Order: sequence, then structure tokens, then C-alpha cells
Amino acid sequence: MNINSAAKRKKKRLYLVLTSMTILAVVIWLVLRALQDSISLFLDPTELKARNLPEGEHVRLGGLVAIDSFIKDEDGLTYHFDITDGEETVSVMTKEPLPDLFREGQGVVVEGEVRSAGPFVATRVLAKHDENYVPKEVMDSLKERGVFIDPEEDI
Amino acid sequence: MIVELGHFALILACLLSFIQGTFPLYGALKNRGRLMSLSAPAAYGQFFFVAISFFALMYAFIVSDFSVVNVARNSHTLKPLLYKISATWGSHEGSILFWAFVLALYGAMVAYFGRRLPKSFHVTVLAVQAMVGFGFYLFLLLTSNPFERVFPFPMEGNGLNPLLQDPGLAFHPPLLYMGYVGLSVTFSFAVGALIEGRVDAAWARWVRPWTLLAWCFLTAGLSLGSWWAYYELGWGGWWFWDPVENAAFMPWLVATGLLHSAIVVEKRDTLKAWTILLAIIAFSFSLLGTFIVRSGVLTSVHAFATDPERGVFILAFLFLVIGGSLLLFAMRADRLQAGGLFAPVSRESMLVINNLLLSVAALVVLFGTLYPLLRDALTGDKITVGPPFFNMAFGFLMIPLLLVMGLGPSTNWKRADLVGLLGRLKFIMLAALFATIVIFYIADGGEIMAAVWLGLGLWLLLSTLFEWAERVKLFKPGSIARIFRQPRASMGMSFGHLGLAIAVIGISGTSYWNIEHQDIMRYGDSASIGGYEVTFRDTDGIVGPNYTAVKAIFDISRDGKAVTTLEPEARVYMTPPMPTTEAAILSTLSADLFVVIGEANNKEHTEWAVRLYYKPLQIWLWAGVAIMVLGGLISLSDRRFRMGAPTRGYK
Repeated sequence: MNINSAAKRKKKRLYLVLTSMTILAVVIWLVLRALQDSISLFLDPTELKARNLPEGEHVRLGGLVAIDSFIKDEDGLTYHFDITDGEETVSVMTKEPLPDLFREGQGVVVEGEVRSAGPFVATRVLAKHDENYVPKEVMDSLKERGVFIDPEEDI
Repeated sequence: MIVELGHFALILACLLSFIQGTFPLYGALKNRGRLMSLSAPAAYGQFFFVAISFFALMYAFIVSDFSVVNVARNSHTLKPLLYKISATWGSHEGSILFWAFVLALYGAMVAYFGRRLPKSFHVTVLAVQAMVGFGFYLFLLLTSNPFERVFPFPMEGNGLNPLLQDPGLAFHPPLLYMGYVGLSVTFSFAVGALIEGRVDAAWARWVRPWTLLAWCFLTAGLSLGSWWAYYELGWGGWWFWDPVENAAFMPWLVATGLLHSAIVVEKRDTLKAWTILLAIIAFSFSLLGTFIVRSGVLTSVHAFATDPERGVFILAFLFLVIGGSLLLFAMRADRLQAGGLFAPVSRESMLVINNLLLSVAALVVLFGTLYPLLRDALTGDKITVGPPFFNMAFGFLMIPLLLVMGLGPSTNWKRADLVGLLGRLKFIMLAALFATIVIFYIADGGEIMAAVWLGLGLWLLLSTLFEWAERVKLFKPGSIARIFRQPRASMGMSFGHLGLAIAVIGISGTSYWNIEHQDIMRYGDSASIGGYEVTFRDTDGIVGPNYTAVKAIFDISRDGKAVTTLEPEARVYMTPPMPTTEAAILSTLSADLFVVIGEANNKEHTEWAVRLYYKPLQIWLWAGVAIMVLGGLISLSDRRFRMGAPTRGYK
């Protein structure tokens, strides 16, 4: 009776381990596959120009919307603007809705694919902001390029 | 004056938590009654003082006392009262104080409702609760003092992000925190059980109501946040796999698993070590989520560098709590004897599969959330892991989960007959398949995944109803009485599963059959979407308490008959100056019509950018999660699970 139940327990444990291993293996495979398609690198205009990424690579580009660069097409739905980090500037075109906070001189992050010629075509213009209304990555990049100096940091 | 009072009260609460976490525990180990009897009064006192502290901060916000840094940074005199109050928990410092407040509230509740628990166990649980609290008080007092003064003080505050000035979001954090912190009780019970070295059916009965309560709050808080994103962010999205959302979603996944594994402990006296481990992990996720979100570490590892004090404290605290409890688990887990055996096909196995899938899902979400942080630290690349990753990896795990969920409740404990089970349910499967094909035909096709999710939702819906009908012997004499005489826990289970089924059906509709239309419209222009005719009538200027707005008026008709008018707004807030869109939504059982007004396209303000969204079955999602919470509450009212641990349940 006792031996029997111990054997049963071992068998049960074996099933459990086998099931878990199978699930885990499948999941890891899936995770790695899914990850490849959905990672996007964050770059500022200088990095985008410097890195020579392969065409079609999914990236996010962040910086400030250059002053006096915003143009709306005749149809009222296609927008053109430049994103700058103080050193380099990239022209962007999009048909996506612009977030409420989109404005010249303000921080912005756009998503899209790397193209060898023509403007950067944004498939999404991000509305996400932290409490200081400038996306974190943009702020870091601007600090790095010396465009923005944090008044609190340098006292 | 009141602000200083709040500060002192916080220090007192900190001291009391230290007392509550040490002396009674020593008393419990050495069996000294007088030391043990310190425990409950300390818990009440700690709650009393932290409540004073919390309300003192709230008072500073209400009277706009800008000599307090925290108030000056996050409030403004012109803000409506509700948002002055909600700003109390809106900032980093305030939210941590709120955490400590809720933690002490739960501690006091355990002290009161658990008074019939075995004395030493009660004391141990309260001590663990107090130790966690002590960490929070220290964190507040040493690194994030919400009562810090500033001189000279500003005449006006910075204001609160207008997007956050919304009733939905005012109540979203408190609900979520009640959930997060509620898991601390489960954690304390688990660590208490490890210290005492005993887990049994009675333990499971004590723990379950607290887990359920936390789960209800978490579910409600998560869905309120999702609902807010849906109507406030202006493009009809409701889940973004944003790190902040993930931080709340991971504890939810583990808590859901915990609810199910605790059933096995109670009914079959097995899976004990696993359940304890889940309880520890669930609370660890709560802590991780709170700190990572609130300290801004997730958006950038540099947050640690700019605020090293907080960062190091957080790391040390997480290490102590999570590492310490896991170490204790490793040392004591072998004392927890496994009880009942079960066959590979049995209710227990179904619940084990549920637990495995939910835990792996939580791990997947964790990986996707932390991977950018890891990459940043290792290579300096800043990356984002996008929704496709989560949708694919998480979605894939949910398919078997939903399949098994339909079978689980109809499966016998110990040993079940799979062939017989499938035989009983084969008509349900065929019915779900048939309904899916019919709906797909009516909807004129769509992506294949839409059919998969719709089919799974229908399968779960029908199988849950079928199991319920079998259980109450529907259509047999006396079935009405049996419906109401069901144990509340079983009723709650039916509602919970039904709610998820309805939500899944809603998700398939709104994710795969939505229609988007954007255009420049003049007054009098019409657009048609999803069978509706949307006519732009006029715009109107309005002035709110702290904003001005343009209100657009749209006449909505269907088949030539007027349905309603929708009035979306484009608002501009004054402090901080910031535009927001207020969508107007027409909700019906079959779909939501969602109208957003953008900017004027010409100087005469007669042409406007307009966005229209048609979201089928959107309301099913909200109804589904509401039913899930209802199920949780019904289950909570089960007589067996009184928080007061009935004496007759424990011998």
C-alpha cells in the first residue's frame, strides 16, 4: 500500500515535470520568435544617421519637433515635420493622428521602419509622456547632446 | 502645524510597526503570553497614526499648502476638489504613504477579524505584516518624505497632468493599491505558516477570503484603468502592454493562480508548498510593480543614477523581502507534507495546468517588461518590446487555458474519466463551433485568430453554463430552490468564469473587427461607419472650471432614423497648459461608436479633423470584467470563508 502510493507519487511528479518542461520549451521558443519582430530600438536623429541600420528595421525615433518645420498637406491628414536633437535633423512624414501634446519645440517619439531614401515614415506618433511632458528617452538624449541642461542637476 | 503632526504621526507609526514586528514574534516563539498580547494593540495604533499622517497630507492638498514641496509640485488652487484629494496619492511620495496606510489598514483588519485564529499564528502573521510596513515607513522617512517643506514657498502649484483629471483615474490607484497591498495579507499568512511549519485545510480557508478580496480590488482597479485609457486617450485602445500596466497585471495573474491552488489545498490537502510559493511570488510582484513604476526605473535605468538613495533602498528592500521569504521557503518547504494523491486526469490536474499556464504567462510578461532594462544595462541600447510580442506569447498561453477552463469545473476530484467528460461536453463543443461559424459568416469573415478567440469565448461561456445547469439539475423538480441553495463559492466560480468568457468574446470583437475612419469634415458633412451615418452639425465654445474647450455636435442616425447626438470636446487646460481630447461614445450591445474631434483645419474654423472608430462588442469586455468582480464578491460571501476564521472550522 505504502510502496504503491510512493510509486504513484513518483509517477505523478514525473507527469508534472514533463508537462511543465514541454510548456516551458514551447514558451521559450515562442518568446524568442515573437521578440525578434517586436523589439524596436530607440534612437535620436544623430544615432539614426550614424548607425546605418538595414532597411526595414523597426525603430523609434525621438527628439524635439523642429520649430517652423510642421506642414500639413492639402488633404489635411498628411503631416510633415522635422525631428531634431540639436545636432542632426530627420524629416518625418505621417498620416497617423497626432497626439494632443504634439507641438513644435516639444518632445516627440515616432515609430517606423528605416528607409534608405526619402523622409522617415512614421506608423505611430507617440502620445506617451512622463509627468514632465517630455519622453524620458528624449530627455536623456537631449541632455547627452547638451541641448537641455537640467536646472536641478547642475546646482 | 497639521503637516508637522502628520510627519510625527508617521514616525510614531514607524516605531509601532517595529514593536509589532519584533517583541510579539519573540513572544510567540518563546510562548510568552504578555509579549504576544502587544501585537493587536500595536496594529491598531499603527493604523491610527498612519491614518493621521495620510489625512494630514490630504489636508495639505485640500487647502493648497504650497510650503509642502509635494503639494507645490502636484497641485494647483484652481483644480476641482476631487482632484486635489486624488493628488494625495498621485505623486511618488504620496503613493508610498498611501501604500503604508493601506498596509496598516489590512494589518488592523487581520488583527480584528483574525482574533479567533490560534494565538501564536495570529501574532506571527501580524509581525510579518508589520515588518513589511516598517520597510515602507523607513523608505518614506529616509528617502521620500511627503511632508518636506520648502522656503520660500511658491504662490501657485505646478498642477496635475490634465489627462489624470478624470473621475475614473481618481479612483483607479486606490482600488489597485487595495489589491496590491491586499496580497500582503496572503504573504503574511504564507510566511507565518512557514515559520510555524504548518499548512492545512484550515489555513487555506483563512487565506482564501483575503486573496479573494485582493483579487477583486486588483481586477476592478485594472479594468478601471483600462476603461480610462479607452475613453480618455482618444483612440479607443484599452490595453497597451505598457510597463505600468504589466506591473499591475503580473500580480493579478499570480493571484488568480493562487486563488485556484488554494482550493486544492483546502479540498485535497495537497499542492501546499506550491501555494505558499505563489503567495510569496504574488506579493513580490506587487512590491516590484510598485517600486519599479513609482521610481521610474522602468523608463530608464538612469533613474537609479539620478536618485541613488531611493534606488539602493528599493533594491535592498526588495532583496530582503523577496530573498528572505524565498530563503525561508527553501528551508521549510519540505516540512509541508503533501496529502491527497490524484490521477493525471482529475480536477487537481486541471487546476495544476491552470497554475502552470498562469505562472508562465506572468513570467512571459515579466520578461517582456524587464528585457529593455536588461539590454540597456548590458549594451546601452534603448529598446522597447512592443505589443506584438505580448500578444503572441501571452495569447498563445491563453488558448490552452481557456480550453481547460471549460473542462475543469466538470471534472471529478482525484480521478476523472476523460472520454466520458468529452462525451458529455461534445455537444457544447459542437455548439460553440457552430455559433462561431455563423457569427463569422454574418460578420463577413475576418482574421482567423478572430474566429479562434471568439470560439474559445463561446466554448467557455457554454461549458460554464452547462456545468452550472448540471450542478443545479436544471429543469428537474426543485431546481429553482437548488439554484439559490448553491454554495456561494460555486456560484462565484460560475460568475467568474462566465465573466471571463464574455470579456474574451468582447476582446475578439473589438480587436479584430474594429473600423477606423479619419477625415476632414465641414459643417453638414456626413460620414458612414459600421452602419451609422455621422453628420457634423456645429461646434460651440465652452468654458470649464480650469479649461476652455471646443465642443463639436454630431447627429448620429441609422437607416435614416436619428439615434442620438454625440458631443466630443477638444479641451485646453490652463495649468499646466495642455490640450486633451474628450471622446464621445455611443455604446450599444453590438458595438461602440467613438467620435473624436481634432484641430480646426482652416482659419475660419469651419473644417475640422475628425476621427471615428467603430468597436464591435466593446461593452462586452467591460461587462465581462464587472461580472468577474461580482463573482469574486459572491464567493467572498461564502459562509465557510469568513475572515473571522470561525472557531468550529478549526479544531
